[in-house]
Amino acid sequence: MTDPIAGRSGGPSLRQRRQRAAFWFLAPMLFALLCVAAWPLARTIWFSLTNTTLSNLYGGEWIGFDNYLSMRTLSSGRVVWRGTLVDPAWWNAVWNTVRFSLISVGFETVLGLIVALVLNAEFKGRALVRAAILIPWAIPTIVSAKMWAWMLNDQFGILNDILLRLGLIGEKIAWTASTETAMTAVLIVDIWKTTPFMALLILAGLQMVPRDIYEAARIDGIHPVKVFFRVTLPLIKPALMVAVIFRMLDALRIFDLIYVLTPNSSATKTMSVISRENMIDFDKFAYGAAQSTLLFAIIAVFVSAYIWLGRVDLGGEGSK
Amino acid sequence: MTRHKLLKRIGFYALVAVIVVFSVFPFYYAVVTSFASGTALFRVNYLPSGFDLRNYQAVLGSKNFLYSIGNSLIIATLTVGLSLFLGVTASYALARVRFRGRGLLLMTILAVSMFPQIAVLAGLFELVRFLGIFNTHWAMILSYTIFTLPFTVWVLTTFMRDLPVEIEEAAIVDGASPWIIITRVFLPLLWPAMVTTGLLAFIGAWNEFLFALTFTSTESMRTVPVAIGLLSGASEQEIPWGPIMAASVIVTVPLIVLVLIFQRKIVAGLTAGGVKG
Amino acid sequence: MAKIELKNVTKSYGGLQVIKGIDLEIRKGEFMVFVGPSGCGKSTLLRLVSGLEEITTGDMLFDGQRVNDLVPSDRGIAMVFQSYALYPHMKVYDNMAFGMKLAKAGKPEIDRRVREAARLLQIEHLLDRLPKQLSGGQRQRVAIGRAIVRDPRVFLFDEPLSNLDAALRVQTRLEIARLHHGMQDVTMIYVTHDQVEAMTLADRIAVLRDGKLEQVGTPAELYERPNSTFVAGFIGSPKMNFLTDGFAHAHDCATLGIRPEHIDIAEAGPWSGEVVHAEDLGADHYLFVEIGAAEPLVVRQPGKLALPLGTRLSLAPRLGHLHRFDANDAPIR
Repeated sequence: MTDPIAGRSGGPSLRQRRQRAAFWFLAPMLFALLCVAAWPLARTIWFSLTNTTLSNLYGGEWIGFDNYLSMRTLSSGRVVWRGTLVDPAWWNAVWNTVRFSLISVGFETVLGLIVALVLNAEFKGRALVRAAILIPWAIPTIVSAKMWAWMLNDQFGILNDILLRLGLIGEKIAWTASTETAMTAVLIVDIWKTTPFMALLILAGLQMVPRDIYEAARIDGIHPVKVFFRVTLPLIKPALMVAVIFRMLDALRIFDLIYVLTPNSSATKTMSVISRENMIDFDKFAYGAAQSTLLFAIIAVFVSAYIWLGRVDLGGEGSK
Repeated sequence: MTRHKLLKRIGFYALVAVIVVFSVFPFYYAVVTSFASGTALFRVNYLPSGFDLRNYQAVLGSKNFLYSIGNSLIIATLTVGLSLFLGVTASYALARVRFRGRGLLLMTILAVSMFPQIAVLAGLFELVRFLGIFNTHWAMILSYTIFTLPFTVWVLTTFMRDLPVEIEEAAIVDGASPWIIITRVFLPLLWPAMVTTGLLAFIGAWNEFLFALTFTSTESMRTVPVAIGLLSGASEQEIPWGPIMAASVIVTVPLIVLVLIFQRKIVAGLTAGGVKG
Repeated sequence: MAKIELKNVTKSYGGLQVIKGIDLEIRKGEFMVFVGPSGCGKSTLLRLVSGLEEITTGDMLFDGQRVNDLVPSDRGIAMVFQSYALYPHMKVYDNMAFGMKLAKAGKPEIDRRVREAARLLQIEHLLDRLPKQLSGGQRQRVAIGRAIVRDPRVFLFDEPLSNLDAALRVQTRLEIARLHHGMQDVTMIYVTHDQVEAMTLADRIAVLRDGKLEQVGTPAELYERPNSTFVAGFIGSPKMNFLTDGFAHAHDCATLGIRPEHIDIAEAGPWSGEVVHAEDLGADHYLFVEIGAAEPLVVRQPGKLALPLGTRLSLAPRLGHLHRFDANDAPIR
C-alpha cells in the first residue's frame, strides 16, 4: 500500500480521472467518424456547389446553387430553368423512392406483425420457424436480388410458371423489364428480405408484454382481436415505431437491390441510384453530389419531423 | 366447439407453413438451380432434377471469383476488427462514465449509422483518391467504418450498460484504471456481446455493395456482392444463371450456417441495436 | 488501523442534497455500523468514505490526513459489496489476488497473502473454482477474503448479508464478528438496514435519517437512552410502544415510550385492556393489548402463550424503563 503523500489532495479525483480516460477512449472513434462521415459529407455538400467533374476532382469552380436551380434568360427573352429541382428525372426518382418506402415499410410492418404474433405463440417447431425466417435476412441483398431475378425471369422463371398453372395470369409477365411491374418486383424482393428483421424487432417488443395481461383478459372473456387492438398494440407501439423508423430510413436510401434487379429502369430508379449514376457513370459529379445532398436533407428533415411528432404524440398520450 | 378449435389450429399451422415456405423457397430454388445445367436449367423444376456440379466447377474455377471471396473476407474481417477495437473503449466511456453531452453524442452516433451512404459517396471518393487507396482493400475498409463503427458502438454500449456496477466498483477499489477495467474485467465478460456485434458487423460488411462497386475498378479487386451483381452475359439470353446461382449458394451457405448457430445471440444483438434505442 | 474523521460532510447530486452535513469520528479498530431506513443516506455515506463518490463539501480525514480527493485504491480501504461483485471470469484465487497484482506485488507475497486469507476463512479448497460454482455463502466469504488480502486500513461492508437466507445470515454474521475480533486494529464500517445486525455486530452504531446523523452510540446506549422517538422506534424488536395524550401526560411528557419487554402483567396496573392478537415465537410471545391508545400495546412475555384472545389484562410498565420525549422529540431524562 502506497501511503499517500500529504498535500496530494490536489491531484485528479476519481471522477476527473474517469472523464479524462473517457475522452481518450472516445477520441479515436470520433476521429474515425470525422474522417469517414463528417468530412466526406461536408465535401459532398461543397462539391454540390461547384462544377467539379469526375475526371478533374480539384478543377471545380464555385457555381453557387446552379446544380440545384438556376435561371437563365435567353437572348430571345425566354426564361430557362435548369438544375435538379426542375429535372423530371429527379422528381421521378423522388416519387419512386417515396412510393417504394411507404409501400414496402407498410407491408413489412403488417406482415412482420403477423409473423411476430405467430412466433410469440407457443407451438411445436417454433424454433425451426424462427430459424427459417432468419434465412432471408442472412442472404446478401445482391444475392437475393439475383435469386429473385431468376425466379421472376419472364421465360424460365418459376413465378410465371406457378401463376400460369394456377390460372392467375394469361401470359408470361416480364416482371423486371416491364415498367408496369418493375416496382412490384422490387417490392416483392424487399418485403421478402426485410420482413424477418421487422418481425424480430416486433417480437422483442411482444415478449416484453407481461403474460398475465393476456391471462387477465382471457379470464375477463375479452375477444382476442379486441385484446390485440386494445392491449397488445398500444403496449408494443414504442417498439413498433422504432422498427418502422429504422426501416423507413433504410428504405429511403435503397440502392443495391434496385441497381441489380432492375438496372436502368426509370420505373424504379431511386434517389440513391440516380445520384450515383450522375456522379460516377455520367461524369456529372457535382450534379450527382447535389442530388445526394438533397437526399441527405430529405432524410434529415424526416428524422427531425419524426422526433418532433414523437414529442407531440407523447404529450397527447400524457393528457389522456 | 372442438371442431371450431380444430379449424383454428389448422388455420394456424397453415399460416406457419406459408411463412416457412415463403422464407425458404427462394433459397431452396437457388440450390436446385445451381445443380442444374444445360437444358435442364431452362425447364422449371420444383424438385431437384439432378446433381450436376458443372456450375460449381465454373464458378470455383474462375480465379476472379476466388479473389472476390478473398477480398470480401479480408475486408470484412479487418473492418470488424477495427470497429470492435475502436468501439469497445468508446462504448465503455459512453456506457459507464458520466459526462456532459453524453446523450447528444450517442444520438449523433446513431444518426451517423442512419446516414444515406450516397450522401458521403462524393466526399469519400475524393478522400479515397487523395489517399491513393482507390481500387485497394483499404478503400472499402475505410468506407465501411461509416456503418460498422456506429453500429458497434451503439450495440456494445447497450450491452456494457447491463454489466453490474458493483463489479466495476470492486475493480476500482482494487486499484484498476479504466483501461484495466476494460481489458481485464469487462472484456472477458463481453465476449458473447463482442461475438454477436462482430458477426452482425461482418454480415453488414460482407453484403455491402455501393462503396465496393464505386471504389473498385478491376475484376480481381471486386468483393463478392459486386462480383455476383456484375456477373452477366452479353445479352439477356446469355445471363449465366447456373453459375450465378452456384456462386450465390457458395457465399450464402456460410452466412446461413453462422446465423443459425448464433441465432439467439443475433436476435439479441439486433434488438439491442434497435428496440432499446 | 485508521481513525476516520468526517467534518461537516455533504453530498449533493445536482440540486439534491442527500448527505446534509455529517460530523463523525470513527475510532481506530472500531466496528462502526451505519443503520437507518432505506433512502437515509447510509450507503452514500459509506461510498463517500470509500472514495467511490466524492464529497461535495466538508472534509474527510484518515489518521488526520485529508483524503477528500484520493481515489479509492489510494485510501487503503477494502470493500465487501452487497452482490459480492466477484469477477465472474476469474477463479477464486485470481479474484483475491487481482488487487495485489495490479499493485505490482511479488508473486510469492501475493501467494502467501491469498493463502493466509483463504485459511482464515476456510476457503482453501475453493481457490481453483469459478464464482458461479460457489454457493451464496461461499461467495460471500470469497468477497471478504478478497478484502482481507488487500490488508486494508479500513474495511467497508455494504449490506453484505442481505442476499443470504436467514440461517446463513446468522452464521455469516458470526463470522464477521469473529473476523473483527481477530483483526483488532482494522477499522470496520458496516452498512445495514437491519437493526439486529447493527446491535449484534457494532461497537458503535450511527443511526441515520434523511441524510443526517440521528444518534451515535454503543448498542446499549441506543437501546437504553435513545435521543429521539425515531431512534427509540428503530432500535429494538419488537418495536417500542409509543403512547401519547393522557397516557403520556400522566408522566409529564408529549410521547411516552416503553419497550414490550418492559411491561409486566400486574394485579392492578395503570393500563388495562383486552388481548386482541397474540404471536407465539416459542421462547417468548407477544401480546397485543387494546388499552385505548392509538395502537394496541405490544407486551413481550417469556414462555409459551397461555392466554386466550379476549382476556382482559391489567398492565404495569417498569418505571425505570420509561422513555419520555417532549413536544420537540427531545428526551426528558
